[in-house]
Amino acid sequence: MSAPLLQLTDLKTHFPLTRGFIFKRAAGTVKAVDGVSLSVARGEVLGLVGESGCGKSTLARTIMQLVPTTAGTVVLEGKNLTTGSGAEVRDVRRDLQMVFQDPYASLNPRMTVFDMLAEPLRVHTVCAAADVPARVAELMRLVGLAPRFMQKYPHEFSGGQRQRIAIARALALEPKIIIADEPVSALDVSIQAQILNLLAQLCRKMNLALIFIAHDLSVVKHISDRIAVMYLGKIVELGPALDVIERPSHPYTRALISAIPTANPDTERTRQRIVLPGDPPSPINPPAGCAFHPRCPHAQEKCKAAAPPLIRAEPAREVACVRLGEI
Amino acid sequence: MPAASPSPIAARPSPVDEPIEKGNSLWHDAWLRLRKNKLAVFGMGTLAIVAVACLFGPLISPYGYEEQELNNTFASPSWQHWLGTDQLGRDLLVRLLDGGQVSLGVGLCATFVALTIGVAYGAVSGFFGGKLDAVMMRTVDIMYSLPFTIFVILLMVFFGRNIVLLFVAIGAVEWLTMARIVRSQVMAVKKMEFIEAARSLGFGHRRIIFRHILPNILGPIIVYTTLTIPAVMLLEAFLSFLGLGVQPPMSSWGVLIKDGAEKMEEYPWLLQFPAAIFSLTLLSLNFLGDGLRDALDVRSSKD
Repeated sequence: MSAPLLQLTDLKTHFPLTRGFIFKRAAGTVKAVDGVSLSVARGEVLGLVGESGCGKSTLARTIMQLVPTTAGTVVLEGKNLTTGSGAEVRDVRRDLQMVFQDPYASLNPRMTVFDMLAEPLRVHTVCAAADVPARVAELMRLVGLAPRFMQKYPHEFSGGQRQRIAIARALALEPKIIIADEPVSALDVSIQAQILNLLAQLCRKMNLALIFIAHDLSVVKHISDRIAVMYLGKIVELGPALDVIERPSHPYTRALISAIPTANPDTERTRQRIVLPGDPPSPINPPAGCAFHPRCPHAQEKCKAAAPPLIRAEPAREVACVRLGEI
Repeated sequence: MPAASPSPIAARPSPVDEPIEKGNSLWHDAWLRLRKNKLAVFGMGTLAIVAVACLFGPLISPYGYEEQELNNTFASPSWQHWLGTDQLGRDLLVRLLDGGQVSLGVGLCATFVALTIGVAYGAVSGFFGGKLDAVMMRTVDIMYSLPFTIFVILLMVFFGRNIVLLFVAIGAVEWLTMARIVRSQVMAVKKMEFIEAARSLGFGHRRIIFRHILPNILGPIIVYTTLTIPAVMLLEAFLSFLGLGVQPPMSSWGVLIKDGAEKMEEYPWLLQFPAAIFSLTLLSLNFLGDGLRDALDVRSSKD
């Protein structure tokens, strides 16, 4: 197997909590991302799921270097982003782009579509200045927008069209990997499928790797090659998409999958939901041992002892659970 | 995993063959809203008339602003002198229009000074945040606490009376509020996703501040600017009233109001006309500022 495109090693992002106005005292830390190791291959679609507040978005922003890393490394094609200087990081960012959750907030309301798409082309001199208009038109066609709308402003488009603009902007620099942070959760259900299909199709066409973040497994399962499940800043299960959906190993993944409604009313009637008691614990003060044990139906004394590491259970599967194989 | 294929972006040739549709910017929408506001339109019209009159009036008038007719002092308004004459027999209308040049000029220049310093200072402070922000803003707080009148008197004493100094003195006070407003706006906008998007596209700080943040906070800046101009004109009038401002034979509205107030009981028109035109101008600027605030308010923009 060749070297991965993107390699995260024990990545941690902690936010200090301070108290006091002038004399700031440390009052604890929020461990939003707490030791994530992952690799993404060229052209691979990795689905990242987890409930609200588990650190998915922070992980995305850490990879993008939008928030400072506390520990660990992000290596893109052999170049370490966490230790590079500002200018180096800016250069590497051409290969790493992001599509944001809310297309109503991620587009500058004062700029036309043309300005938005032309700016990265000009700043990074992706092509000759004379070719910029043609390139903008190509980008718009690529995401299914008519180039005749290029002089319009974001408020003149619908949510789905805006998300297409955001995708076109991410593609402008011809990146090798795109991180999509819940790109469909702000859209109508009828539009969600269109945007999902567009992303899947672009990845195939351009051999683009994609980290697709969602809080909903049913959205992820259609387009992912692999799925990673996150709980409280850690990855608890990782494996090929279909395999994880059909044979979930971690109790948390099982609970998530049992929550997906099925389309067939007969099976839907007999569907067994695993209802997790309580709320996700606070990342400021996580439970000792396995962070999931207070809500886990299979928890035992040994679960409270130490946080289980992510171990390779099968050649392509990794799970973080000490009772793996027993349950 | 699919094999690497050449980027389809590069492969497809694409001239734009259809006619490009024109978009409506948020500025355009704001202008349409402003035009519907009667008070704002009245303000703009009045200001235009006052400005044109002050600029060109003295040129076509048969009198000069320092031309004295010592045998015709304190004349009441007549066809010869539309607004009458003052204690030295100078035509009040010409002095009023000429003084308007000074008053409006001080208003615009000092506001421009305040705008430039305030926006740059506030944008840097708000954008970079942290310790730099704390130091910069405490500096502003300290300058706020200096008594303005004493500050101006000191300047005048050390550097002599000088109209440029008047701009500087007023500008040096007015930029403080502008800096605070800009800082708070920048702090609000810089957390928005499109700024993160700009950062992830690898744009530099300067480009992000000037191309992405400032256009989105121009609304409050414009509104505050239109409200600063009358405040500055009032300050100039106040300084002239104290005798610290413009020196004779030059005039400004503040000087004329002060002279008029001294003769208010015998020759009321010497106070009434300058006070009326000054109030009308301030009122118009405030109407325009209010109209702009309503027109540019993000909450009322469609989304």
